[in-house]
Amino acid sequence: MDWLFLDAAFTGGSRDECSAKAGGACWAVIGERLNLFTYGFYPAAERWRVNLSLVLLIFTLFPILFEKVPYRKYALHIAVAFPFVTAWLLVGGLGLTPVETDQFGGFMLTLVIGITGIGFSLPIGILLALGRQSKLPAIQIFSIGFIEFIRGVPLITLLFVASTMLNYFLPPGVTFDLLLRVLIMVTLFASAYMAEVIRGGLQAIPKGQFEAADSMGLHYWSAMRLIVLPQAMKISIPGIVNTFIGLYKDTTLVIIIGLLDPLGIGRASLADTKWTGLSTEVYLFVAIFFFISCFGMARYSQHLENKLETDHKR
Amino acid sequence: MFDSVLKFKRPYSKEVLGMRVTNFLVIIAVLFSFTVMADAGTLENVKARGKLNCIVSSGLAGFASPDEKGNWQGFDVDFCRAVAAAVLGSGDKVKFVPTTNKTRFTQLNAGEGDILFRNTTETLSRDADLKLTFLPVNYYDGQGFLIRKSLGVTSATQLAGASVCIQTGTTTELNLADYFRANKMKYEPVNTETNEESIVAYESKRCDVYTTDASALASTRAALKKPSEHVILPEIISKEPLGGAVRHGDDRWADIGKWVVNALIIAEEMGITQKNIKELAKKPGNNPGMNRFLGTEGSMGEMLGLDKKWAVNAISAVGNYGEIFERHLGPKTPLALERGLNASWKAGGILYAAPIR
Repeated sequence: MDWLFLDAAFTGGSRDECSAKAGGACWAVIGERLNLFTYGFYPAAERWRVNLSLVLLIFTLFPILFEKVPYRKYALHIAVAFPFVTAWLLVGGLGLTPVETDQFGGFMLTLVIGITGIGFSLPIGILLALGRQSKLPAIQIFSIGFIEFIRGVPLITLLFVASTMLNYFLPPGVTFDLLLRVLIMVTLFASAYMAEVIRGGLQAIPKGQFEAADSMGLHYWSAMRLIVLPQAMKISIPGIVNTFIGLYKDTTLVIIIGLLDPLGIGRASLADTKWTGLSTEVYLFVAIFFFISCFGMARYSQHLENKLETDHKR
Repeated sequence: MFDSVLKFKRPYSKEVLGMRVTNFLVIIAVLFSFTVMADAGTLENVKARGKLNCIVSSGLAGFASPDEKGNWQGFDVDFCRAVAAAVLGSGDKVKFVPTTNKTRFTQLNAGEGDILFRNTTETLSRDADLKLTFLPVNYYDGQGFLIRKSLGVTSATQLAGASVCIQTGTTTELNLADYFRANKMKYEPVNTETNEESIVAYESKRCDVYTTDASALASTRAALKKPSEHVILPEIISKEPLGGAVRHGDDRWADIGKWVVNALIIAEEMGITQKNIKELAKKPGNNPGMNRFLGTEGSMGEMLGLDKKWAVNAISAVGNYGEIFERHLGPKTPLALERGLNASWKAGGILYAAPIR
């Protein structure tokens, strides 16, 4: 405690200035580099775009996550536009100054990768899970092949392939945005895991439910949408959130391919000769950020489970 | 589960199958048509892009790290800026590609970067097998020893019987064994996996001495709780020539990298600095060598395919070799490295660049 707060220095221009002030932790390294930790290398003049995206994110997430939000129905429709608007805001073009994606970094990068991965892996995962149970062999083989291949390869390998090998296969001069490659790989990776989690949920649905849907005259998609999936998803919530949290934490692996997430920024900061040796402070700070996000997700999943609790407790 | 697959018998009609095959072939053809487009050469690519993609470390004290504002700083970084200034006229026209030890060469060979300045030792296998072309050495490193002052050791020859922290599986491990055997001394190795692990072991006094590359020792020393209580011994027991590198097969581009590094070294020999270069470059002086350097005489820049002010631009952007060294590694920085071998040949070091003529 003494080291953390009482004996700590919160301001200063370098580690020497810190240790001259107090004998404990040197939080000045975080304070001085907060912008770097938050925005990465995003140009200072354009950072309002990142801030605006965050505000939009909050406005989009609230109606999706909570029921008692006013005008929720309209908000949900508008939410569909969110990925496009944010992508435009962050990358630029069409009136905004373009910002290259390798300038992304820090918490912003974690959120971009995490939210894209989470947002897209759920629908793709559902499709794959349904595909794996499909009676059409082409779809079934594709789903099984995809899921087993992705699950059989570590994420780090996929990222490595995305960052370097792809360039060997692509003709010279043709480049493919690095962040886009990462987003695709992370999403595909998470989808495969998501598919298996949801398949678990699907298999827990009694056969009678499928038959009931059939006897109502519902065709496949309606039956799935109205009867099977709502139940299956409810069962799968803990597994789904588990995958989300895992994916979110896996975003730190992007350091391998030279994108600097908060952990990467932290390491790079420690290499600044002004701040060398402050590893405890930096790593603690990054850990707190990840803990808050992941714990938040875990709590929300519990809230959701309680809300949807309809069976009798066993 | 696979039963249903096996039972399934409905074949695709021939037309559908044919169409799919055709589509597939078209896609392949499109992909190949791209490959036919000739690669114009790195210099042309860089000029067309208006930015130099430079591979650096994702964080190495003194060599490459981002500052508070996200601007990259460091010894290697300044070499990138010098090349960018020589080619494009401004030291800010660089995109830094941060890489780890593992990815640096693949990134270079995959074309993610045009040039690499990443604290990289030149070796035969990297040159021949990894297909790199090395630029002139910009930092002569070597393996050294870090030890507590309180032990009173002033030379590595007094290390008989010491316990030594060493990273396993490295060339430093082999160098250490060679050195102690050659000096007929015994030592007790304390094996670690990474640099961080070694530091912890050293700080908790599990070993008396820590050995690795001298520049890394300097940054390690700066990161210790009380750096002034530790000292780096004067002996350097191995050769680690660090230099930039480019891909095999583009000699013109390799020449540019080579001569930019040479120009920075020569500028120091001639006493050309970031401060006085504007004054010097205004009009031709009496020294023909300096005139050639400054582009006021001859056509050195044109021969390289660059502007005749190429060297002036490079020096204006980052200063000469000595200035870069002082700024990032020298005695006034926390790393506090001496010039040593990296002094100009005129000042007792081995930096000796081929002449610009």
